[in-house]
Amino acid sequence: MTTVSSAEHTRRDFLYIATGAVGAVGAAAALVPLVAQMNPDASTIAAGAPIDVDLAPIAEGQIIKVFWRSKPIFISHRTKKEIEEAQKTPLAELKDAETDQKRVKEGHDQWLVLIGICTHLGCIPLSHQGEYNGFFCPCHGSVYDTSGRIRKGPAPFNLPLPPYKFVSDTKIQIG
Amino acid sequence: MNNHRTIIALALAGALIALSGPAFAQEHEASPPPRVKWSFAGPFGKYDQAQLQRGFKIYKEVCASCHSLDMLSIGSLADPGGPGFSQAQAAAIASEYKIKDLDDRGSQIERAGRPADHFPAPFANELAAKAMNGGVAPPDMSTLAKARTYSRGFPWFMLDMFTQYQEHGPDYIAALLKGYKEAAPKGFKMPEGGHYNEYFPGHVIAMPPPLQPGQVTFDDGAPATIDQYANDISAFLVWAAEPHMVARKRIGFQVMIFLIVLAGLMYFTKKKVWSAVH
Amino acid sequence: MSGNSTYQPQSKALQWFEKRLPIGGLIHSSFVAYPTPRNLNYWWTFGGILSFMLGVQIVTGIVLAMHYTPHVDFAFKSVEAIMRDVNYGWLLRYLHSNGAAMFFLAVYIHMFRGLYYGSYKEPREVLWILGVIIYLLMMATGFMGYVLVWGQMSFWAATVITNLFSAIPVVGDIIVSWLWGGYAVGNPTLNRFYSLHYLLPFVIVGVVILHVWALHVSGQNNPTGIEPKSDKDTVPFTPYATAKDGFMVACFCILYAWFVFYIPNFLGHADNYIPANPAVTPAEIVPEWYYLPFYAILRSIPNKLMGVIALFGSIGILAFLPWLDTSRIKSARYRPLFKQFFWLFVIACIGLGWLGSKPPEGIYVIMSRLLTFYYFAFFLIVLPLLGIFEKTKPLPNSISESVLGAKA
Repeated sequence: MTTVSSAEHTRRDFLYIATGAVGAVGAAAALVPLVAQMNPDASTIAAGAPIDVDLAPIAEGQIIKVFWRSKPIFISHRTKKEIEEAQKTPLAELKDAETDQKRVKEGHDQWLVLIGICTHLGCIPLSHQGEYNGFFCPCHGSVYDTSGRIRKGPAPFNLPLPPYKFVSDTKIQIG
Repeated sequence: MNNHRTIIALALAGALIALSGPAFAQEHEASPPPRVKWSFAGPFGKYDQAQLQRGFKIYKEVCASCHSLDMLSIGSLADPGGPGFSQAQAAAIASEYKIKDLDDRGSQIERAGRPADHFPAPFANELAAKAMNGGVAPPDMSTLAKARTYSRGFPWFMLDMFTQYQEHGPDYIAALLKGYKEAAPKGFKMPEGGHYNEYFPGHVIAMPPPLQPGQVTFDDGAPATIDQYANDISAFLVWAAEPHMVARKRIGFQVMIFLIVLAGLMYFTKKKVWSAVH
Repeated sequence: MSGNSTYQPQSKALQWFEKRLPIGGLIHSSFVAYPTPRNLNYWWTFGGILSFMLGVQIVTGIVLAMHYTPHVDFAFKSVEAIMRDVNYGWLLRYLHSNGAAMFFLAVYIHMFRGLYYGSYKEPREVLWILGVIIYLLMMATGFMGYVLVWGQMSFWAATVITNLFSAIPVVGDIIVSWLWGGYAVGNPTLNRFYSLHYLLPFVIVGVVILHVWALHVSGQNNPTGIEPKSDKDTVPFTPYATAKDGFMVACFCILYAWFVFYIPNFLGHADNYIPANPAVTPAEIVPEWYYLPFYAILRSIPNKLMGVIALFGSIGILAFLPWLDTSRIKSARYRPLFKQFFWLFVIACIGLGWLGSKPPEGIYVIMSRLLTFYYFAFFLIVLPLLGIFEKTKPLPNSISESVLGAKA
C-alpha cells in the first residue's frame, strides 16, 4: 500500500458518493411500481365512471340508496316539512355550520343527495331516524338533521355531498 | 492441450445436433411464416395507431361473430399506447354493444355498454361455442398473439434473444390468414369440415377462410385486400395481448441507460477499492 | 455469524442496545469484518446475485399475491388483469416470471462454480448439502409458481409432475390423489400450490441463513482450493467483496432487464397464454428451460418407476458429492483430468437440456440415454476413480503466493 495523496482522496470520495447517489436513485425508482400497484387499478377506475339515476320513481318522503364507487349514495325526496326544518335552523346551533341552500342544487330544494357514510368512522347511518328525523348512525350515536348536517354525537362534519348534476328535472348524474 | 480436447468435444456435439435436425424434419411440416415488417418490432417499436384502428374494425365486423375478446375492457381502446381512440369515441363504441345485466328487480336485461364493460362474447359459453362450430370452440382472442408461435429451430431461436425478434405470434397469424388454399395438394386426404392452410400445423384447419377481399371498408383509404386485413388484424391482436408494450419498451430504455451508468460507476468503485490490494 | 466480534457502536444508545442484543456485532462480523480470500474471481459473486434475486422474487411475489386469485375460474383472468389493469402490473409480473429464470441461471452458475473448484469438500460438506436443499426447494417453488398462471402448460405440467408420484409401488395412486385433493388436478390443487408457493420462499430464506452461517464457519473456498493461512491471504468482506458483488449485481440486472423489458416471453411457452383446458393436452409438453435436463433424464428411461427414480436420483446424487469425489485436491486448476470431465459434464447438462425440449423419439432418445449415462457415470464412476488415479499438479504454498506468483 502506498500513501494516498489528498487529491486522489477527493476523487475517490466523489466516486463513492456518485455511485451511492445513483444507486439510491435506482432504489427509489424501484419503489414507484411497488407503491403504485396498491392504488386503484384501471378496471376499478373505469367502474367508477359517473352513473345516471332516474328520480321519477322516488316518492316524496322516500330515501333511496344507490352505489357509486362502492359508496352508498342517499337520494332523499324531502317533504315540505323537512325542507322547512332544514332551512330555518340557525347556523349558530350547528357544529359544522352550512346553510341548507348550499347542500342542494338551486331550484331542486326537495332533492338531497348525500354520501351515506358517517363522518365519524365510516358506518352507514339509518334514514328517517334520530332526534331530528334525519339520519342516525347506530355505531356511535351521531345524529344528523334533514339536511344531513351533524347535530349531536362524535362525528365532526356534515354528511358529504357527492359530485352530481341534474341532467333533466327527473334525472341526475352522479360523478 | 485441455482446451483442444474441449473444442473437439464441442465440435462433435455440435455435429451430432446438426445431423439430427434434418433427419427428423417431419412430412407435412407447415412452412415457416414469412416475416412481416411490424411497426412495433424492435427496442423502440410503437404501435401504428391507424393500423390498430383498422384492425379493430376487422375484429368488430369479422372476427367478433365467432371469437370472444374476454379480457379487454371496451374502454381500453382509449388507453395510452393503444389504438388512440378518444375517451368519447370509446364510450360511443361501448354504447353500441348490448351487455347482459340485471335490473333492480333482478330480471335479466340488456343495456347499452359502458367503457368499463368487457367485450361481450358471441356465444353463451364454451359448450355452446363448440356446438355451433362443428365441435371446435373458436379461441378467445385476448392473448392469441402470445399464444401462437412457430418453431424457429436451432440456432435461430438463440439469436432471437439478441435480435429481440418476438413477433412469432403476429407473423404466424398473418401468414395463416393469407395461407388458405382453394384445394389441397394432390394426394392430401382432407377430412370433412377441414380447410387446407399452408401455415397451420398439419394443414387442416377447422376455421373457414374468414377474410374476403373488399369485406371491410377502411376510412383511411387503406387497400381492401386480404394481405392488408391479415396484417392489420394481427397487429390489433398484438396490442390486445400486450397493451402496455409501448410503455414497457420506453421504460426499458430508461432502465437500460440507468443500469449501464450504475454498472460503470460500480466498476470504477470496485477498481478503486481493490487498488490498495492489487 | 462467525462470532467473537470486537465491534463497538459509537453512540451510547446503540451501545446500550448492543449489550442486550448484539445484532450490530453479528452484522459487522458477518458482512463487514468477515475475511474473504483475496483471490476470489467473479464466479464467486453469484452468491450475492442469488441473495439479490431471492429478495426480488419475494418482494414482487408478495405484491403479485395482492392481485392474484387462486381459483380455477379466475386464476388466468386475474393474471391477465394484473398484466392489463394493475398499475405497473405488467412490470411486476414480468419481473417475477423472468426473475425465476434468472434465479435458476444464477444458481446453476453458482453450482458449477462449486463443482469446478471443489467447494463441497471438507470442511464444507454441510454447506454444500444445505445448498442442494435450497436448490430442491427452488425447484418446488418454481414449479408451483408456474402452475398458478393456470394456462395450458401450467395445468399439464401440474398433471405430469404430480403423476411422477404414481410410479411409487402400492401407495402411488393414493399419494397422487392426496396431492391433488381430488380425482385430477383441480381447484384444491391450485389452492394448495398457491399456499405452498407463498410459504416455500420463506423456507428458502431460512435455509439460506443456515447456508451463509455454515459458509462463515468454514470460510469461503477460493480458486486455489487451499485454505487461507495468514492475514495476507484475506481481505475484509466490506468494502472488498461488497464492491465486487455490487458491480456484478448491476451487470446481472442488465441481463435481467433485457429479458423483462424487451423479450419478456422469450423463455416462456406460448401455450401458457391459452387458459387451462383439462380436456385438451397440448401437442408437446415442455417444462421451463431450467428443468429440461431432468426432464430429458426422466424420458430417457423406458420404465416408469426407473425413470422417476433416475429423475430424483439425478438431483439427490448431488448431496453425496462430497463423498463421491475422493480427490483431496479441491480446485480443478490442479486437476487436469477432472477439468476435462467437468467440461464434458457441463456439455452433457446443456445437451440434456436441449434434448428435454425435443420429442422423445429416434436419435433424441439415444442421445438422451448416452448423456444420462454420462451424467450418472460422472458422479458414480469418474469422480471416485479420479481421486485414485489422477496425477495432480503441484499446489502453491499459499493464496498470497499464488496471487503474487501469477503477477511476477
